[in-house]
Amino acid sequence: MSAPETPPPPAPRVSIEDLTKYYGQTLVLDEVYLDVHEHEVVCLIGASGSGKSTLLRCINQLVPYDYGTIRLDGVPVDDPSFGKTGLRKRIGIVFQAYNLFPHMNVLQNVTLAPRKVHGVGRAEAEDNARRLLGLLEMANFADKYPEQLSGGQQQRVAIVRALATDPDVLLLDEVTAALDPELIGGVLDVIRDLKDQGMTMAIVTHEMGFAKDVADRVCFLEDGRIIEEGLPEQLLVDPQEPQTRRFLQRIIDAGRL
Amino acid sequence: MSAERAAPVDRARRAGPRPPVKATLTPRERYLPASISIVSTVVVFGVLWRVVTSAENWPLIERQFFNVEAMRASFPEVLRGFALNMRIWVVALVLIAIFGVIIAIFRSLTGPWAAPLRVFAIVYIDLLRGMPSILLVLLFGLGIPALNLPGVTSSNTFWGSVALVLGYSAYTSEVYRSGIEAVPDGQRAAAKALGLTQWQTLRYSILPQAVRNVIPALLNLAVALQKDVALLSVIGVREAVRNAQIFTARTFNFSSYMVATVLFLLATIPMARFTDWVTKRDQERRLQRTL
Ligand SMILES: Nc1ncnc2c1ncn2[C@@H]1O[C@H](COP(=O)(O)OP(=O)(O)O)[C@@H](O)[C@H]1O
Ligand SMILES: [Mg+2]
Repeated sequence: MSAPETPPPPAPRVSIEDLTKYYGQTLVLDEVYLDVHEHEVVCLIGASGSGKSTLLRCINQLVPYDYGTIRLDGVPVDDPSFGKTGLRKRIGIVFQAYNLFPHMNVLQNVTLAPRKVHGVGRAEAEDNARRLLGLLEMANFADKYPEQLSGGQQQRVAIVRALATDPDVLLLDEVTAALDPELIGGVLDVIRDLKDQGMTMAIVTHEMGFAKDVADRVCFLEDGRIIEEGLPEQLLVDPQEPQTRRFLQRIIDAGRL
Repeated sequence: MSAERAAPVDRARRAGPRPPVKATLTPRERYLPASISIVSTVVVFGVLWRVVTSAENWPLIERQFFNVEAMRASFPEVLRGFALNMRIWVVALVLIAIFGVIIAIFRSLTGPWAAPLRVFAIVYIDLLRGMPSILLVLLFGLGIPALNLPGVTSSNTFWGSVALVLGYSAYTSEVYRSGIEAVPDGQRAAAKALGLTQWQTLRYSILPQAVRNVIPALLNLAVALQKDVALLSVIGVREAVRNAQIFTARTFNFSSYMVATVLFLLATIPMARFTDWVTKRDQERRLQRTL
């Protein structure tokens, strides 16, 4: 509920204050405070329905919220200077269900936003797309359509699509949850590489081993509140709050830690 | 969780269940069913034909409807009329496709500033879809020319066609809208998240998928329109049915209608078969995707 205990670098890239959201009468986010600093990876964990997706969607204004302030580099995200879409030019998001455009091939999926939103020329956008696809070992699939790809391949394309606009912050919402177990590792490796390259990320995940490994900080959500936040080795191994302990016990019982 | 990459496995080379042995058919097994179909069909229709043509009144019917002389005499005029049908049909199709999309977009816009457009679309669709086409054709095709407005054409062909375009645009926009609504929410979220504007989201993500969803329904409307162009005959447009009617009025022989019938069938039956084919292919594609 307070600013991070770790010594903070200058100013947070994303800062969330007192964020509160209702869906109708249901309180979904309850006075959430959260900062994400440059090059930092914050993992959000919590049971299904605890508000993790909603939190990510609020950050890039995909859903409206009722109270509170979200800032990107100190500027409130609803500031007119961002315009209608300016904020989303700087924050990328990858969804659990990939949401690739089925009528476009991989290259078209990846180059759409650079060309139509960022005004990059076709040749340059395609070169950049092929370079990124190459980094994620998807270079040979540029001409394929989403339905011709496996889930893991589609999710990599979705990650490339989000990276192609060179975002300042990347939001990942359970990007491995829809994947067959044998495809999960490859996608997680991609995210580890992004961390090594200094990408600022907020990651919702159920992969506790991965969170322990990649997170600079872990936040546990329950009923729309951040119950506990801390270093991964501390929060995931020796949680202080009873709710966190209960949640992790359930995860351990399910054999996922 | 496991972080190692799954090694590619060549499953095709693994021994699976053996493919079923292709049965060798005897000529009897191969050709008998087809022969039975052909023979039984020929017999049934042959008997029907004999029964009908041996009826007492058959010569009268033949003279009135299937008079080769009359058919030949009326053919040039009816064909010329039919060429007009086809021209009106093609132009109307293009206009309807465009106008229908515009109405559908108006209808699906969100946000308070779009309220007037949304209301316009709803009222338009309710009015034009609720009116019989023939009433629209009469109102526009006879009504507007009767006003003798300065600077406005009083061609009833023009205004009759406008009536068809307006009416069919209402249906078409509803078809488009159902296609738009069938596009999953995630597609809109993904486009928005990439920074696309509402218009760009429609243009690049939603509409192409929506149109794909409704191509069979649009083709059905196209076939229906082809026949409805004949409604313009009631306001005196010299299309196929009108020209056939003129011939009938002069000769008291209905064979010219048969000429028009054949021309319409020649155009609509292939279109209907094509629609069936597209629909089937579309269903197979969907089935494949869900597997
Ligand atoms: N579009 C929506 N309309 C109404 N309620 C919603 C909607 N999306 C999510 N919710 C509700 O908000 C709560 C939080 O959902 P979500 O953020 O998706 O949780 P999580 O991602 O942690 O599983 C849940 O109770 C869910 O039912
Ligand atoms: Mg979620």
